[in-house]
Amino acid sequence: MTLAEMQFLTPDLRIATAEIFILLMACLILLFDLLAKDRKRTATFVATQLTLIGAAVITFSTSSGEISYTFSNMYVGDLMADLLKLLLYLTVMVVLFYSRGYILEREQMAKGEYYALALFATLGMMVMISANHFVTVYIGLELLSLSLYAMVAMNRDSIPATEAAMKYFVLGALASGLLLYGMSMIYGATGTLEITAVAERLYSGQADGTILVFGVVFLVSGIAFKLGVVPFHMWIPDVYHGAPTAVTLFIATAPKLAAFAMVIRLLVNGLIVLSQDWQTMLILLSVLSMGIGNIAAIAQTNLKRMLAYSAISHMGFMLLGMVTGVVGGDARFALNAYSSSMFYVITYVLTSAGTFGMILLLARAGFESDEIDDFKGLNKRSPWFAAMMMMMMFSMAGVPFFVGFFAKFSVLQAVVAAGYLWLAIVAIFFSLIGCFYYLRVVKIMYFDQPTNPTPIAAPLDVKVLMSANGLAVALLGIFPQALMSLCAFALLRSL
Amino acid sequence: MSGTPLLSLAIWIPILAGLIVLATGSDRNAPLARMLSLMGALAGLLVTIPLYTGFDMHTPAMQFVELKTWIPRFNVNYHLGVDGISMLFVILNSFITVTVVLAGWQVIDNKVAQYNAGFLIMSGLLNGIFSALDGLLFYVFFEASLIPLYLIIGIWGGPKRVYAAFKFFLFTLFGSLLFLIALLYLFIASGGSFSILDWHQLPIGMTAQTWLFLAFLVAFAVKVPMWPVHTWLPDAHVEAPTGGSIVLAAIALKLGAYGFLRFSLPITPDASHALGGLVIALSLIAIIYIGFVALAQEDMKKLVAYSSIAHMGFVTLGFFIFSALGIEGALVQMISHGFVSGAMFFSIGVMYDRAHSRQIADYGGVVNKMPKFAAFFMLFAMANAGLPATSGFVGEFMVILAAVDHHFWVAFAAASTMIVGAAYTLWMYKRVVFGAVANHHVAELTDINAREFFIFVLFAIGALGMGLYPQPFTEVMHSSVNELLRHVALSKIQ
Repeated sequence: MTLAEMQFLTPDLRIATAEIFILLMACLILLFDLLAKDRKRTATFVATQLTLIGAAVITFSTSSGEISYTFSNMYVGDLMADLLKLLLYLTVMVVLFYSRGYILEREQMAKGEYYALALFATLGMMVMISANHFVTVYIGLELLSLSLYAMVAMNRDSIPATEAAMKYFVLGALASGLLLYGMSMIYGATGTLEITAVAERLYSGQADGTILVFGVVFLVSGIAFKLGVVPFHMWIPDVYHGAPTAVTLFIATAPKLAAFAMVIRLLVNGLIVLSQDWQTMLILLSVLSMGIGNIAAIAQTNLKRMLAYSAISHMGFMLLGMVTGVVGGDARFALNAYSSSMFYVITYVLTSAGTFGMILLLARAGFESDEIDDFKGLNKRSPWFAAMMMMMMFSMAGVPFFVGFFAKFSVLQAVVAAGYLWLAIVAIFFSLIGCFYYLRVVKIMYFDQPTNPTPIAAPLDVKVLMSANGLAVALLGIFPQALMSLCAFALLRSL
Repeated sequence: MSGTPLLSLAIWIPILAGLIVLATGSDRNAPLARMLSLMGALAGLLVTIPLYTGFDMHTPAMQFVELKTWIPRFNVNYHLGVDGISMLFVILNSFITVTVVLAGWQVIDNKVAQYNAGFLIMSGLLNGIFSALDGLLFYVFFEASLIPLYLIIGIWGGPKRVYAAFKFFLFTLFGSLLFLIALLYLFIASGGSFSILDWHQLPIGMTAQTWLFLAFLVAFAVKVPMWPVHTWLPDAHVEAPTGGSIVLAAIALKLGAYGFLRFSLPITPDASHALGGLVIALSLIAIIYIGFVALAQEDMKKLVAYSSIAHMGFVTLGFFIFSALGIEGALVQMISHGFVSGAMFFSIGVMYDRAHSRQIADYGGVVNKMPKFAAFFMLFAMANAGLPATSGFVGEFMVILAAVDHHFWVAFAAASTMIVGAAYTLWMYKRVVFGAVANHHVAELTDINAREFFIFVLFAIGALGMGLYPQPFTEVMHSSVNELLRHVALSKIQ
């Protein structure tokens, strides 16, 4: 074997160092957890957090800011991937902090597997974020999904949780099927599975139009399933409601970042030539999601279910940014539009983490605190955390000075810039409807008398983290510039 | 005084004071919370006084300008400044905040810190609205100011407070969301600028102007409120605590009217001329129809709320006559209404605190028990009815004079309500104050104490001072109003 061939065979591992590290650590943690005697699994928890910090250090130090490919172009590293991965580690760390107390109080979840599964799910999301090949996307997605199915089912004596896991699994498998079917059609039309190569072949016009459009339809359906937008949203309310809150928190936050990356990789990096086709589909998905999500949320009495419908509407709103990138073949607005969506997703994850974290903060052994009425009179019980939750709710409703306003604002300006004035008005109209149920939570906390006057008994670290989360929602609302330009910069260097 | 960021201070001192008051925590520290709030409100008022004394009334340009980049990604700036139109409202708002803190001094004993903090934070946000020269900054303050009032109505309000708070929030939000779309359109159309002053120079075609004007109209009409989107106001007023009603009537209603002057007229002058008739018609309906509605009210707060809508009808009428007299009259009416309606709601609050009723029928013969109160109440009722020598007269008279120039029948219709206005106010006054002592609740009334007396004196100085000698108020407006009219006369269609 010659030297040149040797180099060809050795992939450039730099881009994937963090993934390899997480994989190794997840296996080690799983192994060593078997030896752990400590019921609280403190060592496992600390090791998991350190792993995530280590991964962050690796990602940060190996980031070059250039687009580079490895593993025969199956894997890509760019600034967008690095940024999203760093945010992903942060999100997972926060999620694990919030969930720790909750899982310790539930016997069947208080095991090391929870942390190992979280790490495997994180690895899956990282693979999705850096995928440049349809198969890589699929592998990442399945790794994430399988870990999540197991996490939802961990509280195995809970009937709602088992039911949720079953639904999630069956519908998730269906979605994977749709996605694979779409990929195979695109493969049939272009003769390649490599995302950048697909884009090149489409540019040169050597692809069969009809099969392609069918492929795009299935691909978009699969993506819509994973994002949880109407009409592929049915699993969201049941899974959010049925899963243990700690797992709901996980599902409601980190995977949104990965799903956004998947949209960028598949639709923008791969199928930008077909933007007219998928943009039209996304408009439909987005309007339906905002409509059904916001209207159905009004009727909910369970906070997790309400937030599930709210998540549907938020993902619909986020997609608005994706539909305005290319107008009449002109991609001038692309960067503005996609970075608005990215900003939207990131701020949504931040706020969502805070709201579910608040449910966990109020929950105790044998008390889930997931009904909206469980928040009654929170202002009497703890003015500080009531204020945090209020900020989170106003942020989700899109009221300034909270970050959710600027997220909506940046997406809307992209929509108006692209000339879709009617779409902006529709979005605004549904936001107004959405405001109602967020206001209702504020009403419950501030205007009603508490039914349960016990003070909040969460450990200090969770309280501090929750306060930081709430203040971040407010501070990013007053100074949104840094994160906005970071998103724009990362996408500028990656597209 | 140049160099001192007076407007920033006027915005952030009350907000900061509010946060400090919040930190005092539970009601055990209520006296401390009250003292800190009063100090914060007074400090906020003090920093606005140089705005008047240092104001150059010979230039229509923005003064006390502060310009810093805020969100360069979208070219949004922290751009503040006041002209003759907005400067007085910053001072009025800071003044009203002091009275509100005093008005709740003994009455509010539940969550005192949060109550006062809500008003202080709102005061800062309202100052931000009046001094913002950046469209998005204006919008951000405009919407953020809904939160404190929503909470104030909802926490310290009456039995139907939840309904009123939601209605208030959602109505106003509905208007302002369309406003946001209009702002985004202007941002794109101006090639990426959020500066209101840039938008004033921006040429816009007639169709776009019409849509923009309608979007502005919805946003501001809800806030003013104009007929037929006024229904949230009586509910909000009836349920709000006294302080909330004072701020709502004295300041929050002025935001919509101010928006017409800052956005509608200068940005869409052609559409304003074309659709001015619509606004005049809506204003006349507000003046006449709502005047009669007020006549039929049995709840005093509701009566004053409807009378506020009628008075604000004069304001929008004055704007769309497009004459200096009309606009200045409307501005005077806005400030006068700030004093008078604030005082009226405070008067009702004084009675409510003692007898826990706002129904006219539950009173009668109050003068026998509360002579000092009756005298002040008389003064403000007269001002509300537009009696000469009170501030209520000046504005209405100027607007009616301007309306005569514009169209006789418009003036006639507007003037006829001087009678209705006098009728509903004085009739209420007669039923509540005069006559024999109606029942044992009235018999147990005690006259106003020193704190209430002091607040009444503050309001009375405003209402009478402005009525007897309005020139200090009008002279600062001249340049800005003339500049505005010159601008509105120029077509923007190219």
